[in-house]
Parts: sequence; C-alpha cells; structure tokens
Amino acid sequence: MSKQIQVSGLDAYYGSHKAIEDVSMTIEPRSITAFIGPSGCGKSTFLRTLNRMHEVIPGARVEGKVLLDGEDLYAPTVEPVSVRRMIGMVFQRPNPFPTMSIYENVAAGLRLNGRVGKSEMDGIVEESLKGANLWNEVKDRLNKPGAGLSGGQQQRLCIARAIAVRPQVLLMDEPCSALDPISTLAIEDLMAKLKDQYTIVIVTHNMQQAARVSDRTAFFNLSEQGKPGKVVEMDETSRMFTNPSQKATEDYITGRFG
Amino acid sequence: MTTIQHISTSRRIKDRVVQGLVYLAFAAAVVPLVSVLWLVISNGLARFDLEFLTHSMNGIGARDAHGGAYHAIIGTLTQVLLAGVISVPIGLFTAIYLVEYGNNGRLSRAISFFVDVMTGIPSVVAGLFVFAFWILFLGFEYSGWAGALALSILMMPTVVRSAEEMLRLVPNDLREASYALGVAKWRTIVKVVLPTAFTGIVTGVMLAVARVAGETAPLLMTVFFTNSINHDPFSGPQMGLPLFVFDQAARPNDTAVDRAWTGALTLILIVMLLNLVARLIAWWRSPARAR
Repeated sequence: MSKQIQVSGLDAYYGSHKAIEDVSMTIEPRSITAFIGPSGCGKSTFLRTLNRMHEVIPGARVEGKVLLDGEDLYAPTVEPVSVRRMIGMVFQRPNPFPTMSIYENVAAGLRLNGRVGKSEMDGIVEESLKGANLWNEVKDRLNKPGAGLSGGQQQRLCIARAIAVRPQVLLMDEPCSALDPISTLAIEDLMAKLKDQYTIVIVTHNMQQAARVSDRTAFFNLSEQGKPGKVVEMDETSRMFTNPSQKATEDYITGRFG
Repeated sequence: MTTIQHISTSRRIKDRVVQGLVYLAFAAAVVPLVSVLWLVISNGLARFDLEFLTHSMNGIGARDAHGGAYHAIIGTLTQVLLAGVISVPIGLFTAIYLVEYGNNGRLSRAISFFVDVMTGIPSVVAGLFVFAFWILFLGFEYSGWAGALALSILMMPTVVRSAEEMLRLVPNDLREASYALGVAKWRTIVKVVLPTAFTGIVTGVMLAVARVAGETAPLLMTVFFTNSINHDPFSGPQMGLPLFVFDQAARPNDTAVDRAWTGALTLILIVMLLNLVARLIAWWRSPARAR
C-alpha cells in the first residue's frame, strides 16, 4: 500500500518570497528517502508541499507538479484534506493532543474523520501502538493523557497516530531532533520496520542518521542567503556519502560548511 | 579576576523597601474588597432568610418589614441566562472567525476595532439603545427579554476578547497535527482547538456573566420596575436584583434599606455560585484530571 512520489518543477512561496525553486525528484515506494542540507534551505518547506501542508500557512503557495502514483496532488479538483489522509506527517516537536488520552490520540485521525466501531478501533489502536513500538510501555495506561509520556514516547505516540489512518506515505520532519539517543534509536528501528509498508521521507540534520537509515538521500542548498533553495544532488545514500558527484555535497557531508 | 561579592547594605535596604511597597499595594487592593464584603454580609445577613428568597414584594406596604426578592432573583437569573444565550454563541463564533479564518485581513481588523469600541460602551448607553430601538421604535413592551438584549450588548465584547485570547493560546502545532491526519479545518476547530481552549473560554464567559449580573443601568430602561413575580421574560415588566437593590435603597425607611443590603448579598452569592459551577465544569473537563 505504499506509493511512489514524482515531483517536477516545483516552486514554493511564502507570500512573495520564493523558498524553493525548481525541485524535481522521484521518491521510491517502500524505501526511506532522506533530505539533508543547512537550515533554511527549504527541506521542511519541500516536505510540507508533498502533503499540501505548505498552503496551511497564510500567503503560502506552490507551483509545479507532485504526482502520487501518477495522480497530480495539485490538480484543481483535488481535496487537500484527502491528500493529507493519504500522506501522513510526523513533526519535529512531539505534539500529542493535550485534551486526549493515549488511546484517543491514536484514534484521533479515524475518529475525527468518521465513525469506526469500538472493537475495530481497539484493534487499530493496538496495532498502531505496536507498529510504533510503544504498545508494551503504554498498554496499561491507555486512558492516561498522552502529554504525560516522555518526549521519546510522545514522538512514538505521534507516529502511531500518523500510521493509524493507514497512509501511503509517511513524512517525518526532523523527528528525532528533540530526542535523546535511546529514543532516537527506537525511532530509527521503527523506520526500518515501517519501510516495508510505507514510503518514508525524513528530513534530518544528523548526517549519521541519514547514512544509517536512508536508501536515497537528497542534498538541498541555497546559493546565498535570501535566494530560494534547490536540490543540489540526489542519489543512493551509499554513493552520496562516499562518492558524491558535486563538490558542495562533499563539503557539506564532511563538515566543511553548514 | 572577579571575586565573590556580598550583598551590599544599600541593596538590602532597597530590597526591603520595595518588598514593603509591594505588600502595601496588595493591602490597598484588598482593603476595599474585604470591607465591601464585610459591609454587605454584616448588613445583609439580618434579612437573609427563607422568606426573602421565596417571596416577592407584592402587597408589602411601604413600612412593612417583610417581603423578599424572589421576583428579582428569578428576573436576574432569566435575564442573565438569556443574555448569555444570545452573546456566548455570537461572541464565540466571532472569536473563532478572528483567530481561525480572519488571517488579520481587513474584515477581521474592522471586527477587532468595533469589539474594542463595544468594550468601552457605558452600560447606560446599551440600555438607552435597547429602549430607543426595541421599545420606542419597534414598539415592544418592557420585558426581561429587552433587559437581556441590553445586557448581551455589554457581554458580547467581553466574551469575544476572552475567547479570542484563549484560542490564540492554542499552539499551532496542534492544528497542524490535526490537518496532517487529514482532518478538515472545521473539525479541527471543533474537536481539537475548542476542547484545548475550553477551560479558559468558560472562565472568560463567567467573567462576562459576573460583569453583567450586577448591571443596573441597562435594566433601568428596559425591564421596568415591578413588585410581583413574572416568570415570563417575554411579556410584561420583570424585576432584576440590581434594580431591586437600587429601588429599595432609595426608600426612606430602614426595613427597605435592610432588604437592599440582603439583595446585594444575594447578588454576590449568585455570582459566586455561578463561578463555582463554572470552575467545576472546567475542572471536570480539564485534561489534568486524568493524571
């Protein structure tokens, strides 16, 4: 149930400011694609254009094409809400709903979209929490507030919440940047497990993480401050980290700038 | 190289002086509050009995000691309830528009401006407006409903402002988390934003209720005076507690002034009770309870 994403000639704007320019790439299904690059180069912006979250910000707009298995997500008749249902997202900071329990947090996506029977819901919640490697830690306190968990657990709760709606694609925007190494490891293991079923895209500032988890890597950069970000290079992760074709990629990865 | 310094005497003195000033300011703020409460309780307790709470002033002579404020209590409760029924939905929807849909555009800035203007309307003007428009121009009679209309004019801006503040406090992360799950915007507002802001909104509404429950001026021209019980806010004059206090206190004999004190005490108690109920609702709905 995972799908391929094809992006061609994509520009994204915040008002009159062009944040990214002419991005084209193919993201393969059942694999992990990592975006790396210095802060402010448009990785997160690009990620948000993939599930039409970019336009939620007032004044933000997108030009270009994003095809999900050949279907244009930006076609005028497409309902953005249904796109987001198909392409889930996990954010930088864990953001469980504070008014809801652990159970309700996982059930939120389904419950807020329509009716699901109690027993079916129980099954989906358990399955999603297991999928996020959180079930054993929270199975005895499903009715406790989600905000009471530790940061790493909250982030896994957010992943469980995202996979509960059974998306085709999972976008992760620096999911480990606020977590300790143990929780990071738990989430990386989880990603490796999830990639059998989902297309995963992850933005990260951590080179080792990109090298460890991803199959393909895209390097974003901007020529100078205030100019839109572009994709410098995209390739197999192993080649990107050992033998990149662009000098800028090598400089960034080896820590010579950024 | 810096050395460890000891707190100088002048700083010690400054600290003491400022501390003293803060305590003084606190005392100055509390003194009027406590003295008002004390006066109302000590003067009002004498007549605070079952008869006061269950009887009207119907058939009570000018010098009689008996009688009560039942008609005024009923009036205040219905009028404030009606005012709330009018202004809470309008105020809440206005706040939702301002925070979730307005995008700080021209319309939302205009609304914000007029809400600020409305906050500054003197209560007597609200009463005059309803009197001129509803009673003189449209020709309806004096009624509790007319009073409720005047009160709702005063209540609305308070509800809008407090609800707006509370909605703005809801982190944008939560809205985005909900959108990212493929939840439509209106459902996000209903299921995520409003529950998160619920406690604060309830508190804001209660403050607005407390504000209008004690208003006399808008009632003066809209509900008219009456000594008898009127359960129907839509027809005929209906009393209100502030009006009852105003009326009784203006009479020359002590029995009436006693009733005025007790009326004031009842009003304070009603507002306190409403606050307590709101606190309970807020506590019952708050997420922290499950911990």
